[in-house]
Amino acid sequence: MAALTKPKNLQDVAAPGRDGVGASPLRPDGILKVKGDFAYSSDLWHEDMLWGMALRSPHARARILSVDVSAALAQPGVYAVLTHEDIPGSKFYGLEIRDQPVLAIDEVRFHGEPIVIVAADHPETARRAIAKIVVEYDVLPSIGPVEALDPERYGYVHAPADYKAHAFGNIVHSQHIHHGDGDSAEVRALADVIVRGEYEVGMQDQAFLGPESGLAVPAEDGGIDLYIATQWLHVDRQQMCPVLGLPPEKVRLTLAGVGGAFGGREDISMQVHACLLAQHTGKPVKIVYNREESFFGHVHRHPATMVFEHGATRDGRLVFVKAEIVLDGGAYASTSPAVVGNAASLGIGPYVIPHAAVDATAVYTNNPPCGAMRGFGAVQMCFGYETQMDRLAAELGLDPVELRRMNAMEQGSVLPTGQVVDAPAPVAELLRRVKEMPLPEVENWRTADGPDVRELPGGLSNTTHGEGVVRGIGYAVGIKNVGFSEGFDDYSTARVRLEVIGGAPVALVHTAMAEVGQGGITVHAQIVRTELGVDQVTMAPADTRVGSAGSTSASRQTYMTGGAVKQAAEAVRAVVLARGRDRYGWAPAFAAGLRLAGGKALTAAGEVVADLVDLLGDEPVDETTEFRHRPTEAFDKVTGQGFGHVQYTFCAHRAVVDVDVELGLVKVIELAAAQDVGKAINPLAVVGQIHGGSTQGLGLAVMEEIIVRDGKVRNPSFTDYLIPTILDTPPMPVDVLELADAHAPYGLRGAGEAPTLSSTPAIVAAIRAATGLPLNRVPVRPEHLTGT
Amino acid sequence: MKVTFTVNGRPTEADDVWEGESLLYVLRERVGLPGSKNACEQGECGSCTVYLDGDPVCSCLVAAGQVQDREVGTVEGLAQGDTLDPVQQAFVDAGAVQCGFCTPGLLVQTHDLLNRAHHPSDAEIREALSGNLCRCTGYEKIMDAVRLAAARKADARDAAPTGLEG
Repeated sequence: MAALTKPKNLQDVAAPGRDGVGASPLRPDGILKVKGDFAYSSDLWHEDMLWGMALRSPHARARILSVDVSAALAQPGVYAVLTHEDIPGSKFYGLEIRDQPVLAIDEVRFHGEPIVIVAADHPETARRAIAKIVVEYDVLPSIGPVEALDPERYGYVHAPADYKAHAFGNIVHSQHIHHGDGDSAEVRALADVIVRGEYEVGMQDQAFLGPESGLAVPAEDGGIDLYIATQWLHVDRQQMCPVLGLPPEKVRLTLAGVGGAFGGREDISMQVHACLLAQHTGKPVKIVYNREESFFGHVHRHPATMVFEHGATRDGRLVFVKAEIVLDGGAYASTSPAVVGNAASLGIGPYVIPHAAVDATAVYTNNPPCGAMRGFGAVQMCFGYETQMDRLAAELGLDPVELRRMNAMEQGSVLPTGQVVDAPAPVAELLRRVKEMPLPEVENWRTADGPDVRELPGGLSNTTHGEGVVRGIGYAVGIKNVGFSEGFDDYSTARVRLEVIGGAPVALVHTAMAEVGQGGITVHAQIVRTELGVDQVTMAPADTRVGSAGSTSASRQTYMTGGAVKQAAEAVRAVVLARGRDRYGWAPAFAAGLRLAGGKALTAAGEVVADLVDLLGDEPVDETTEFRHRPTEAFDKVTGQGFGHVQYTFCAHRAVVDVDVELGLVKVIELAAAQDVGKAINPLAVVGQIHGGSTQGLGLAVMEEIIVRDGKVRNPSFTDYLIPTILDTPPMPVDVLELADAHAPYGLRGAGEAPTLSSTPAIVAAIRAATGLPLNRVPVRPEHLTGT
Repeated sequence: MKVTFTVNGRPTEADDVWEGESLLYVLRERVGLPGSKNACEQGECGSCTVYLDGDPVCSCLVAAGQVQDREVGTVEGLAQGDTLDPVQQAFVDAGAVQCGFCTPGLLVQTHDLLNRAHHPSDAEIREALSGNLCRCTGYEKIMDAVRLAAARKADARDAAPTGLEG
């Protein structure tokens, strides 16, 4: 009935725009990628291009007595051989503390530190030139994380006179958190049960597949154009300019295709080296690491040693927690201070505990530098506190999931930093959901034709036909912050342009966001479609001509650059509607109530009042805005109190494993996840993030570790550093919850990192359930299960 | 040295090839086909997988001289002009592509699998793709893509006149 009275031009206001927010349009770079036509940083080519390469230290700690490059320089085809003496500007760089030499100066502090760089006409020419460089070393005993804490006896990684870090000795940064009455004697007396555990997490590598690479092209104005795979164009540039002795406007960065990142591209790698060689030779220089060099060329996840004590009442209420955490920062600071902040502030997990005393410290050592990797300080802690929760449950005779649910934080809970959680925190609900998912079939390897070894631990190695195979189930949940914390001025910039092209409205989005595979560009187009009601959205290349987008890290880009794109689109819409006021005489209040959808301007009721093409006319609308999340504040140095994080994100896992307890082989049968993402802007991409993050957690649980002995890296290859293959990775059912965070654009919650946290402890809990072993270290290796 | 071979059906010649160069290097740096990827250059990751005389191989492990007078097929040769191969289309549609660096190798390997097995089981798919590392997706959407491509190819075969393979 009512339909008859509606105007003919009414549109269905409830129908979402095609491929807008909440839909799963296909990635705009997908076709190029499947055709092999997408230009990754290692694919770039330039007329007259040279190849750059670095000579790296074979020692973890040594004085450099002499460097003789004469034979390398004399080799035909070699255009430049540079040491730190050839650097025109500052010789140091660093994300938070500028303590890392671009090329080693008189000493080396880690295995793989670059000392000399070469440019030649062929990679083999460069390799041979590198082999001809003679370096004399005075090798010194390397300082590990234990020695680091006693510098009087073992020495300093950085001489006290050179010291640039925040603290003293070999300490990069520490953070204490005191909550309630800490772990005082009075508090301890309140606990019926106290469980103490020591835990260790090995050094994990990001192992992105696209190696570090880029092309530096010298420009006529004396500047440099760098085409690069990175996570943060502007902070690369900020670190490069002082070294190159060039102002920012002469160092122009454009994002090349990025083959994954996961934190490993947050620090610069070959950026400055390629530019120095290009400056020196006047020719374009390309550097592409091979896999071995990649293992030496980027920071890793901090290895951690953790001591936890949890006290609880007999009925399972947590009373206090004490945690002492030491993170191996390696030779240079990288992002260690922020990793420490995360480890301390997220170190007790998503639980309400009235009293807490947490100490987290990162130390300088002569091990490879450690910094950002997906989960950033929260991954290591989650293995510790979740193992503690299982042990406490066993001690109390409680179901481990029930113990977690009893103590789970929720909206309104107070964190040990004093911060009140003012957005949904469905920790108990995620646990409930993951527990209620149907379990996979028992003994799924049995078939009518006998056992299918592909479904058994050991797989095609044919090591068991079911004998000695025990199933185990484990649970875990974690908490991760989103965005930059501790008072950092976190912002992103977006430019949106709207114009008529070929009779249709077309939007252009220009940001400096690094698309590293996560699908940010897909999301930006969705946001613009939703806000401006256009179908066609094109992406300008990410570069430094537009303002910083911040890093593609900390699960922040959909929130931050997505937020910036939304804000810029809103600014464009305001201009467009203002044109309507001028053109059609709309009252300001009327114009303010209009929205754009399907290429039209509509009233709230859905009545079409103008065509977008007519509103725009011949003049494009072009708006650039900066978006900030609400400010955070630094944690107090003494008490750790402060509104330190802008948003929290949660994921829970249930792992089901089969363990061949005789051979120590593990097959993960299923890895189920439940995660709250606030709002799934692109559900397909969200699930992809949860799958990918969960799998990296699986890698840390049972396979992945850079083995370092006396500072030497022993396994820098995919032959010896194993990441999960498709045979190692199980089916991963995912349950996505969408409880909006009112502070965030569209209510969304950063999604990329949380699944990397709880995956590891859930799998190890399942292995414990199958074997009865304590397993206080990851990765769990076969010898840990067999005792051999 | 000079190497003469066929790539994606086109006779190709690479000059000034150093004897130590791999097929991967020649494809990427000398004949303008960088689609095959250089993720490990040690035969562990499968991102450089190409067809050599119809068999999938890691092109990083093939010396350039070994391809003299032979036929190489790369990811760039899978599509017919603007029409994607069903395997390529399925990878896009299923969300199996994130950073995409492993994708070219996986496409060639999957293409080979589906030529050999029209209805592969999940276990067969996992076995066939076990030499291709992916760091982004956790392989779930890759499994979906292979199942989707197999189903679409089966539909195409059903629709095609008898005797023709889809």
